[in-house]
Amino acid sequence: MPSQSDAYVSRKNVDREPLWQNRQPRLSHLDIELTERCNNACQHCYINLPAGDTGAASRELNTQQWQDILRQAADLGALTVRITGGEPLLREDFTDLYLYARNLGLSVELFTNARLITPQLADLFARIPPRHRIEITVYGMTAESYDAAACAPGAYAQFRRGVDLLLERRIPFTVKMALLPPNRREREAFARWSASLPWSDGEPQYITTFQLRSRRDNANRNRLICSIRLNPAEAAALQIPSSERGWKNMEQFCSRFIGPAGDTLLTCGAGSSGCVDAYGRYQACMLLRTPELTYDLRQGTLQDALDNFFPKLKDLKARHPAYLERCTNCFLHGLCEQCPAYSWSEHGTLDTPVEYLCEKAHAQARLLGLLKEGEKGWEVNDWQERIRSSTIIKQVDR
Amino acid sequence: MTVSLDASYRPSPDVVARDIEGELIIVPIASGIGDLEDELYTLNETGRSIWDKLDGKMTLSQVIQSLSEEFQALPGEIEADVLGLIEELVKRKIVIEG
Repeated sequence: MPSQSDAYVSRKNVDREPLWQNRQPRLSHLDIELTERCNNACQHCYINLPAGDTGAASRELNTQQWQDILRQAADLGALTVRITGGEPLLREDFTDLYLYARNLGLSVELFTNARLITPQLADLFARIPPRHRIEITVYGMTAESYDAAACAPGAYAQFRRGVDLLLERRIPFTVKMALLPPNRREREAFARWSASLPWSDGEPQYITTFQLRSRRDNANRNRLICSIRLNPAEAAALQIPSSERGWKNMEQFCSRFIGPAGDTLLTCGAGSSGCVDAYGRYQACMLLRTPELTYDLRQGTLQDALDNFFPKLKDLKARHPAYLERCTNCFLHGLCEQCPAYSWSEHGTLDTPVEYLCEKAHAQARLLGLLKEGEKGWEVNDWQERIRSSTIIKQVDR
Repeated sequence: MTVSLDASYRPSPDVVARDIEGELIIVPIASGIGDLEDELYTLNETGRSIWDKLDGKMTLSQVIQSLSEEFQALPGEIEADVLGLIEELVKRKIVIEG
């Protein structure tokens, strides 16, 4: 037995230190969408169904089916499961599934609006911590604005109570604000509150790019979503970092993704982990619901999907003429949210450029000094030089 | 807390030990163990050999004897490693007595 007595036990932060030197587990994390139902009725939401939609509830995976999927994820080496919805706390078996995941040795990252956090649930989180910050979406800083944005009278009071229960027990959480017409004047109030939270990193988080209905199930709602989006220039301005850390994150992101992407459609890592929807369809990412690109876990396994189904998606190529002319040659790839999921929800194809995203990326590039007024990202040849002299690098080097 | 060679030890029910790609990963479940987010524990090769024998039945003396036979080393050479690891695991609440 070789003696290595100076370090029998190592404590590692998996966000910062690699656990494995050579091999990686087949699955690092999994997203699961327990339900599409929600106790809020936000008009901007790409997925929500009414909380009392019994038809949707009856089609959802049951407790045992979710447990089987969690077990498969743990067996494949996953360390984290992200639980989202809809509002996942609407599921009556949420506590059972949470404990099941934790007892498998999975950390839980919970996305919630916090309205259904009870003293009992907060006590459970204190006793058996998620080991990942709970992520809470905020719809307003006053009862008037919140309830109007969520289309749910009394919702704000429940949200504040949920947040207070977490604060009292010092359960870490982060907040992000969906910027909607009723709450747009409350950005400063949100930024101050967000910065005051014990786990704040100083950079307020906003949701501004609202995806259209990702099941393409409601044309009227899609028109409404388009009407409540910020204009591209406003949305772009909100994504300019306000802290040193924010600039560093942007530099890292851009250095990885900026530059023309070519005609390969999935360039973001979709399919390496994926998301299981409420009905057992395994998606390459949380947003991409194109039926033929999803895998039915009622008939198969996570491993089969990861080994045999998702790899084929990496071969998907763009064919839409506008995409081939513009997106394949555009160096703003790293700033632009254009992807098959957005194209699908917007146009029902995987490769039609989404004009709103294109305009937003161009507005952001102008703010960063990467483009001049009237220039298009696919027409620029000296893009590497522009990145070297851009605001991003100057901010990070400062 | 003093670690005794006559006592047996076992993993705490408040942790889960997972073998992922040949690496032993110890995940805290309850609060009070490695409370920082996303912190996990791993054991080195020596620690892993000892951990595998912590069944709550074998005393540490028996664990040392068993490892001595397995690795063809003198019990005295192994004792320091076993005591060192168990002290550290007890301090971190990763193993409990009995």
